[in-house]
Amino acid sequence: MNDIQQFFLSHLHPIINSLIALVLAPVIGGLLMGLDRKLTARMQGRMGPPLLQPFYDIFKLFSKESMVVHRPQVIYAVCHLLFMMLTLVMLVTGQDLLLTLLVHTFAAISLVLGGMSVRSPYSWIGSQRKILQILAYEPVLILLVLGVRLLNGSFWGINVLQSDTPLIQSMPLLFLALISVIAVEMGKSPFDTASSHHAHQEIVRGINLEYAGPYLALTEISHLYETAIAFGLVLAFWHTCLIGGLVLAVLVFFCLALVDNCFARLTPAWLVRYMWLVPLALALANLICLWR
Amino acid sequence: MTKATAKAPWVVHVNCNSCNGCDIEFLACLTPMYDAERFGVLHIGTPKHADIMVVTGSVNNRNARVLRNLYEQMPSPKVVVAMGVCPATGGIFADGYNVIGGAEKVVPVDVFVPGCPPRPEAMLDGILEGAKILAGKRQNSVTVKPVRRIKIVRPAAPAADPAAAAAAPAPVKEEAK
Ligand code: SF4
Repeated sequence: MNDIQQFFLSHLHPIINSLIALVLAPVIGGLLMGLDRKLTARMQGRMGPPLLQPFYDIFKLFSKESMVVHRPQVIYAVCHLLFMMLTLVMLVTGQDLLLTLLVHTFAAISLVLGGMSVRSPYSWIGSQRKILQILAYEPVLILLVLGVRLLNGSFWGINVLQSDTPLIQSMPLLFLALISVIAVEMGKSPFDTASSHHAHQEIVRGINLEYAGPYLALTEISHLYETAIAFGLVLAFWHTCLIGGLVLAVLVFFCLALVDNCFARLTPAWLVRYMWLVPLALALANLICLWR
Repeated sequence: MTKATAKAPWVVHVNCNSCNGCDIEFLACLTPMYDAERFGVLHIGTPKHADIMVVTGSVNNRNARVLRNLYEQMPSPKVVVAMGVCPATGGIFADGYNVIGGAEKVVPVDVFVPGCPPRPEAMLDGILEGAKILAGKRQNSVTVKPVRRIKIVRPAAPAADPAAAAAAPAPVKEEAK
């Protein structure tokens, strides 16, 4: 057990830890997104927006007029954010990973309900594609949790932190599968089928088309949380060594930006086929190796 | 917040009745070549997310209603930028039997960018000018009394222009959401 682990475990106060995480996660998520936009711009040979651009966007959205199609839409946007925050809190306090996964799915489902509750066909298409995405990545995540269970003998996240060997050592293939899942969740090309910045002619803005002003800002903040959670998971794969974890995170970040810039968007059916073939096969292979 | 408003203008592009010259020029102007994103400008496909509406082409009887509808779907504060001479006066289409004229007849235009089509630099400049006006509108906006707990921010009423008001077909009543 090394210093970081000891620091984390000895300072484990669930409420304080969760509060710190709740405040820090959007900041880190926003910086990551800003860095991502900057990196993308540099890959395309241009200057790119300032690092703090995601925060400017969100502040601007909050200063705009509240426009909703109907009231339940607001509830869905708030639910999406709350469930995302709950996921983060459960991860930080080391709760049951299966339950965390369930709450995370709830967050996605609230977004889908919000998209389905309005009458715009584009929003509907986006929501249906989001459901397909959930269908595509959820089995991989469940296998990941099962892998943790096989390794540590319990579903609790806290046991992962207490173990002495990093996860990456025993589940490298599951880690590769997780990268695909993160790409889907962050809406990176070629996986950005549900909502995309680049698909005006096809689905306009997809799932969050009908949100405007502050409510759009809520969905954006949830996205920041999602990004932070994704990279938190990457760090957790090498929890015994901070440098190792950071190296992993930087690698994943760079790979995602590269793939985002190299590939065009592909069809939703292709997404499901790919996710069920490659990452699922990787995850299953890893699971078989872990079987004792 | 005002600063953030000026730094993140999201643009929606409405093509009324143009020869497509301005259209293509404008879309080309938002490509990585001119890097509009360094000013925070994003091309957003929907009026509900947009701050700046860029109108190209002259307005005719068919699309006046569409333009008005799109304008009303944008949450305020909002700014309209007219790209080219067509949305300014009707341009070479001004004599057409069905052409009403410039975009000013239907929506309040804040920035006119002259040219047929304008240079990409002029287009970018027009959008940035629009962003400044946007921030100004945000600063001068008045907060209307909260209706059913959803706060509504509206810009201060523009100076009454009887000529424009008379020309606008069927002024739609603004109602609090
Ligand atoms: S201003 Fe000129 S280029 Fe632009 S739409 Fe009109 S005629 Fe075409």
